[in-house]
Amino acid sequence: MPTSRRRRLHPLPLRIMHWLNAVAMIVMILSGWGIYNDAVIIGGLHFGPLRLGSWAAESLLWHFAGMWFLAVNGLFYLGYGLLTGRFRERFLPITLADLRATLRDTLRLKLVHDDLTRYNAIQKILYIVVILAGIAQVVSGLAIWKPVQFSTLTWLLGEFQGARLVHFLGMAVIVGFLVVHVLLALLVPSTIRAMLTGGPRLPAPPPRPGAAP
Amino acid sequence: MKSFFRPARRPDPAILREHRPAIRSLQRRGLLRQGISLGALALLTGCDAGDSDAIGAALQRFSRLNDRVQAWIFDPRKLAPTYPASMVLKPPRFNAYYDITEVKPVDGAGWRLELSGLIEDRAPWTATRLAALPQEEMVIRHICVEGWDYIGQWSGVPLGDFLRRIGADTRARYVNFQTADDYPSSIDMATALHPQTLLATRYAGEELPDPFGYPLRLRTSTKLGFKNPKWITAIEVTNHYSPGYWEKLGFNWFSGL
Repeated sequence: MPTSRRRRLHPLPLRIMHWLNAVAMIVMILSGWGIYNDAVIIGGLHFGPLRLGSWAAESLLWHFAGMWFLAVNGLFYLGYGLLTGRFRERFLPITLADLRATLRDTLRLKLVHDDLTRYNAIQKILYIVVILAGIAQVVSGLAIWKPVQFSTLTWLLGEFQGARLVHFLGMAVIVGFLVVHVLLALLVPSTIRAMLTGGPRLPAPPPRPGAAP
Repeated sequence: MKSFFRPARRPDPAILREHRPAIRSLQRRGLLRQGISLGALALLTGCDAGDSDAIGAALQRFSRLNDRVQAWIFDPRKLAPTYPASMVLKPPRFNAYYDITEVKPVDGAGWRLELSGLIEDRAPWTATRLAALPQEEMVIRHICVEGWDYIGQWSGVPLGDFLRRIGADTRARYVNFQTADDYPSSIDMATALHPQTLLATRYAGEELPDPFGYPLRLRTSTKLGFKNPKWITAIEVTNHYSPGYWEKLGFNWFSGL
């Protein structure tokens, strides 16, 4: 196969979804902080002026508009990742040996990411965790938004306040990921370029015939 | 929940709106102090809903879309979970756009419930006449848009029964409420007819205390707390939408649970 025909690391649909998600996620986090402030979960933890929307009504408007972009874009991303085989290709397998080696390198502050097309074990785990946290946010968000219509879901999450706590913890996981993700991207700027232009062409055609039904 | 950072008394939202430019510049300074270097973050925080009319209008369009989606999700037969009487909070939690010390009690003897709009029998009702109707009781969770909740025990006349009794057009779209504390409110007909929507007159087996809406308030299990007007003085059945107190300030109208 000629080089120009080979797939890029980040195909165009994926790049669009990535940046749409980045904006939607930041809108959801900052407007969520504004909503949280009116009934704090952790005493003393208050986000103050770090918020989207100058008071509750505006933060709620942002949150309940942003949710459509986050959820619809997220559904497309999940469908894309599963149907094209991208999730399997990028995130699997995760081996214990790889995890041990990556942990050792990380603790020695030996952070290399020369080959953008291959993720180490920690990267794989972090991406899977943040995808699961995103799903948890949509599910717990539904439980908070509709605790009567989806009362079983709300009950499963520990009633209204339990669902709020899950939603808060999910946010904390995503913010933690965001900090690491952005820091590492700034340390290896070629990753940012790749997410803008598509990045290197993949060395081989799809690894498994039939991966893309 | 209590926070040291939050005043016990909420500021009048109108004050916030008048001082929005000053608040916004404070926000920007706060951001800079925090050393946030992400351009995207700063950009996003710079544009509040009221910042530009275009953004505000777009957000309101999403809120209208969410009204329709919520009406579609709403199942008129789905009942909210109920709880044992032992979980009931006594007295209930007070919340209004003013402080509890500013509550102006309503004289029950002279009180009348006025009726208007698409209703056959628009004769006003007294508290005694209302008390003679079949009563229902429910122990349900009250959820505030701010994020706090409590369990309360409410009794009174199901609004659906009342609307049918007075010959209201139950195909109309809205049921509107006027109150003694100047807190207009409006709900959709489907919610008005839900079995857990009461014209409540009692809390925890006793006459409704003054701060909680004596002699008559709305209590519906399927909407946020602010959609439950207290000290009701008039009910109107209509096809014309009129926003309530908080909706005029930007909160979502349907606000269903």
